[in-house]
Amino acid sequence: MIKLGGKRVPMREQKPKERIKNFKSVPLGYNEKEVVKEAQRCIQCKGLPCETECPINMKILEMIREIANANFKKAFFIIKEDNPIPAITGRVCPQENQCEGVCPLSKRDQGINIGKLEAFVADWARHAGIKEEFHIKERPEKVAVVGSGPAGISCAVDLRKFGFKVTLFEALHKAGGVLQYGIPAFRLPTEVVDYEIKYLNDIGVDIKLNFFVGQNIKFDELRKEYDALFLATGAGAPMFMNIPGESLKGVYSANEFLIRVNLMKAYKFLEFDTPIVCKSPIGIIGAGNVAMDAARCALRLGIEKVYILYRRTKKQSPARIEEIQHAVEEGIILKELVSPKKFIGDDDGWLEEVELYTMELGKPDGSGRPRPKKIEGNEFKIKIRTIVEALGSMPNRLFLSRTPELEVNDWGQINVDHNLMTNIEGVYAGGDAIRGNATVILALGDGRKAAKSIRNYIINKARKK
Amino acid sequence: MSHQIVNKKQLSADTYQIEIKAAHVAEKFSAGQFVIIRIHEKSERIPLTVSSVAPIKGTITLVFQVVGKTTMELSSLEEGDSLINCVGPLGNPSEIRKFGKVICVGGGTGIACIYPIVKALTEAGNEIISILGARTEKMLILEEEIKEFSQEIYVSTDDGSKGHHGFVTDVLKEVITKNQHQEDINRVIVIGPPQMMRAAAEVTRPYKIKTIASLNTIMVDGTGMCGCCRTYVNGEMKLACIDGPEFDAHKVDFDAVISRLSMFREKEIMAYEDFKKRIKSK
Repeated sequence: MIKLGGKRVPMREQKPKERIKNFKSVPLGYNEKEVVKEAQRCIQCKGLPCETECPINMKILEMIREIANANFKKAFFIIKEDNPIPAITGRVCPQENQCEGVCPLSKRDQGINIGKLEAFVADWARHAGIKEEFHIKERPEKVAVVGSGPAGISCAVDLRKFGFKVTLFEALHKAGGVLQYGIPAFRLPTEVVDYEIKYLNDIGVDIKLNFFVGQNIKFDELRKEYDALFLATGAGAPMFMNIPGESLKGVYSANEFLIRVNLMKAYKFLEFDTPIVCKSPIGIIGAGNVAMDAARCALRLGIEKVYILYRRTKKQSPARIEEIQHAVEEGIILKELVSPKKFIGDDDGWLEEVELYTMELGKPDGSGRPRPKKIEGNEFKIKIRTIVEALGSMPNRLFLSRTPELEVNDWGQINVDHNLMTNIEGVYAGGDAIRGNATVILALGDGRKAAKSIRNYIINKARKK
Repeated sequence: MSHQIVNKKQLSADTYQIEIKAAHVAEKFSAGQFVIIRIHEKSERIPLTVSSVAPIKGTITLVFQVVGKTTMELSSLEEGDSLINCVGPLGNPSEIRKFGKVICVGGGTGIACIYPIVKALTEAGNEIISILGARTEKMLILEEEIKEFSQEIYVSTDDGSKGHHGFVTDVLKEVITKNQHQEDINRVIVIGPPQMMRAAAEVTRPYKIKTIASLNTIMVDGTGMCGCCRTYVNGEMKLACIDGPEFDAHKVDFDAVISRLSMFREKEIMAYEDFKKRIKSK
């Protein structure tokens, strides 16, 4: 009954014209029939390239085998062994550079749609109310996890499973970190994130919201009160171009734009109180996933003309292929090889025009991509009334300024050893706080790894006593 | 965790004081810091001034002026009602040490913000000259409280209903020029509307008196993530929420501060009018 190879089962999606009017998920998800058919394409190859390429080495093959037999419950338990948040990673992982990219089927057609299989199984379990079953053998030690993004979530889950008392600190009013404030609902529905957070509550993680480590509790106090710490403080500080006109009204960081839209629900203004002012045309600077998210949010706020202003070309964009495709289908205009020189305002201090440099590609830089170079004398102006700077972000400055004893590198990323321990004993770190702008799955892997290191650390310490 | 209002007082026609339960803030608060609150699930996050804290009781006192939808809604709450969130203390504490003679200038609700600073500076052994300004006598707040910790106190009102008829900056200039020991004035702290802070900075600049302003920019998260509160100090970008809120007033680009404060005005008015209409129809 297993049908090998064949064409990928197409994913049903909201039509572009419709979806730019709402914040609902763009992919509609496979149904049971489709998901089984897609899983049955898998040739179950022996080399396991997909699992090798997965940053957390999920047991993808076994999952696919169970899905192919319509045994969704078993598939769910298999994924959950490695991944506490499959409904999330299934939606946001850059699968084309990982599991799906190395699938042998991708040579002929497309690789197995592993991300969508994973999301299906997790959604199926959520709707069926099926949860992972495990028994927690309580231990007396306490661990503090700072930051409730993907690294913090995965670490907290594993630490609870090991029996520790876990307190998860979050400065915002909702847990989830970038999953909550950054990634828009049309890519990651809010209910999916909320469900995972509720799961943390269910297994006994004590979540302290509106609690700002460094302000509400000093680092020293935290160390005294807990047996170990995991710092998953992320990279939440926005970078700016530092060019003239940046203080003009109408210029946002991607963080501000996305926080207003996603976390504060500014797209439902008047029902929700947080405003956003977005005038057409809008220009998004950068071409990563965050830039695509901001551009597509702008369309959904009713902006007709949305430009992506990118200093390289589409080929070098760090965004997921699916995000670029979706953005282009929705009518976003990609302007390649341009970089802002200055923002020009009107008499009332509102952005009116942007002066752009024309760029060309030079020799490869440290990232392996061709370095963009300005072509002097080729500057030109275009009418743009809103700018969103999606240039990436840096580790959270305030937390670090309150913990001078913590060693960081030149970019403010926390230094860790191979066990993810920082220079301070019993203090571990992971996710974007040590990597800069990385992915959800790498953060998740760090969280899991740190949980194991913390367990070893605490158990060894207990033995020595 | 919600934050119950245990005491509410109307300080003037449009200014209110609420005391709320927020032990985690009360315990760590220092003069100069602030909080961000949200009233309910659909509220915006707004930064508010803390005028005093009671760590043993676990409460903090917030002072706000009704300027839009959220502050109007906040003023409609009564004792026993609760706010859904209160995060803080945010920002850096004021620099509190013995400077000598310090002039503290407060305008409007800025007076509530300067009150704990006046108290802390007095306790640190400074001699405080306070200058308070309001549009009219009825809008003047916390005069008695601040008087208690000040060596000298001056009041000015825009309409002349109390004290000097004019602006706090007129009084500031007079106090500086008439002071026989001008060199003893080691610091001026000014908190109020940005136009007032800008004017005060221009008064003190020729005298080279170190002048500190506390910026009341628009903020969303208040933890250094959104960059909405960015402000330019000596040409360098700073975030009011985590680098401030206090900066050297002689180096702040107040024009940018003032301009950026009006970025959402149209929407703010829309929300305010909509809210007033909804209240009327009730």
